[in-house]
Amino acid sequence: MFSDNKGPWGSPPGSGGGDPPSGDEPAGPWGETPKRRNRPDPVSSLDEFLQRSRGRFGGGGSGGGLGFGGGPSGSLIFWAVVAVASLWLLVTVFHRIAPEERGVVTRFGRYSHTLSPGVGLTLPAPIDRVQKLNVEEIRNIDIGSAAEETLMLTGDQNIIDIAYQVRWLIRDPEQFLYELAEPEETIRQVAESSMRQIVAQVTLQDAMGVKRGDIESRVQEEMQQTLDGYQSGIAIQGVAIKQADPPAAVNDAFKEVNAAQQKAQSYINNANAYALQLRQKAQGDATAFDKVYEQYKLAPGVTKRRMYYETMERILQNVDKTIVETPGVTTYLPLSEIRRSTPRTGGQ
Amino acid sequence: MDAARRHPVASLLIGFLLLMMIFSSISIVPETRQGIITRFGKPVRIINRYKDGAEIGQVGAGIAFRIPFVERVDWIDKRVRDIEMDKQQVLSTDQLRLEVDAFARYRVVDPLRMYIRARSTDQFEQTLAPILGSQLRNELGKRPFASLLSPEREGVMGNIRQGLDRVARQYGAEIIDVRIKKADLPDGTPLQSAFDRMRTARQQEARSIEATGLKKAQIIRAEADAEAANTYAAAFGKDPEFYNFYRAMQSYETTFLGVNGNKPAQTNIILSPNDEYLKEFTGR
Repeated sequence: MFSDNKGPWGSPPGSGGGDPPSGDEPAGPWGETPKRRNRPDPVSSLDEFLQRSRGRFGGGGSGGGLGFGGGPSGSLIFWAVVAVASLWLLVTVFHRIAPEERGVVTRFGRYSHTLSPGVGLTLPAPIDRVQKLNVEEIRNIDIGSAAEETLMLTGDQNIIDIAYQVRWLIRDPEQFLYELAEPEETIRQVAESSMRQIVAQVTLQDAMGVKRGDIESRVQEEMQQTLDGYQSGIAIQGVAIKQADPPAAVNDAFKEVNAAQQKAQSYINNANAYALQLRQKAQGDATAFDKVYEQYKLAPGVTKRRMYYETMERILQNVDKTIVETPGVTTYLPLSEIRRSTPRTGGQ
Repeated sequence: MDAARRHPVASLLIGFLLLMMIFSSISIVPETRQGIITRFGKPVRIINRYKDGAEIGQVGAGIAFRIPFVERVDWIDKRVRDIEMDKQQVLSTDQLRLEVDAFARYRVVDPLRMYIRARSTDQFEQTLAPILGSQLRNELGKRPFASLLSPEREGVMGNIRQGLDRVARQYGAEIIDVRIKKADLPDGTPLQSAFDRMRTARQQEARSIEATGLKKAQIIRAEADAEAANTYAAAFGKDPEFYNFYRAMQSYETTFLGVNGNKPAQTNIILSPNDEYLKEFTGR
């Protein structure tokens, strides 16, 4: 039991006040320093101090400390102790609180007040203690990652592999320190359960696509509500879904859908190209016909003959021609003979 | 003074003893703990007990006194703590399995009872974890699988919390919240069949997308064909006879000369002098 209570009192060296019987060391030099400047006689001031301190500690200090002041070594020890004590006071009385920090002050364990940024004054260490907390820093908790699968059931009983990040900060330093046993672990658990709850209300398609933002804000809201229920003093700044994919086991099937979409699109593109071509061709043909027809109408007989002869010219000048007088010969003409003659004419 | 100087060792010893007395009669009570003071094992009072709605720093914590060597202090956490449960398999009314992982948050509101019944919060948590599991199984087992996915909707979690709270009250604790952290299909067949279902659903979707694409393409082609036919008919319909001639000329050219540099197969033409083309040739 003794060691339980000793902690905050006995640990700091020269922490003042409580060491009257420790022989020739001066008892409790703190509080003495200013007096020494006023009065030249160190011994009388020390006596006075000892008397006061004896009263303060209920006569607990049974004397001692009078051996001091004799030799030069004694005075050296005295000054050393004074220096350590002043340093101690300096460190434990003045607290520099950075702009992003708050200092939570406890007096003998009980919460006293919270220091705002700037320099804060408190009683020295064993009495007042200051715990500095950064209330501006946004902390991250990552749940799930690309490396491992975090599977979750969606509302349509499909499975999604999801990874997300929760950003939070300390809103209320006192509550944060005193209300939750394990704040970080709590946030993690609440995040997991909130995400599961919200994802179970949407479909897989929604979770993977359009409703991501919606899910994020709903999870944030749910988390905040739950954590407020614990009076945790934590503010959830945001939830970001980093990844929402189908599980690896069915990923190929999802890729097939993508491929099918591409394929379908290419079918349609091809058909569109064909349609465009066909329309242009039809219009071109029709326009050409119209133009010729206009000419034809002006002089039908002549135009028709002209067209006939021109066409025949073009055709017949490029092909082998055989003119046969009697129709009967045609039947005896061996086709193979004609064929054989063809390359010769072609070669010449 | 003189006595102290004459017997330095003895005075040192006495001083040390006194100091120890002082220290052991004072307890520093932090905000995060509640203390039970027992005198020879008999609880006499509670320090820094949790009060609902009390402001931090108003009461309780700080310095507490006790009689040294006679009274002792045992500490119980004042903060919100959690009970974690092992994974539980839940069987729904439609015989589907779900693996559920949940946690509960509680706070000790009656430290004395907690001290008497469970000694410590750790002990209490160990006791309550299986009870949480069975509460969960009981409540969720009454429902079909579909509603297990979002049990928050039907107040199931509230029921579980109340059930657990009744037990926890006996230990002087209050259950603040019960939440399901994970609800997964168990590994093996249930998970695999879910994957299979997802896979086949996707494949079905892929087929249907492809078929729809084909259908659309076909319609586009047909429409274009119809439109072209319409254009042709409008133009050529003006004089079908001339069209016949005009088109025949084009056709001969294509057939015998080829289009766009496509050479047609070698052609031999056998003409009769009676032919229309050679009519003038014979000089008749």
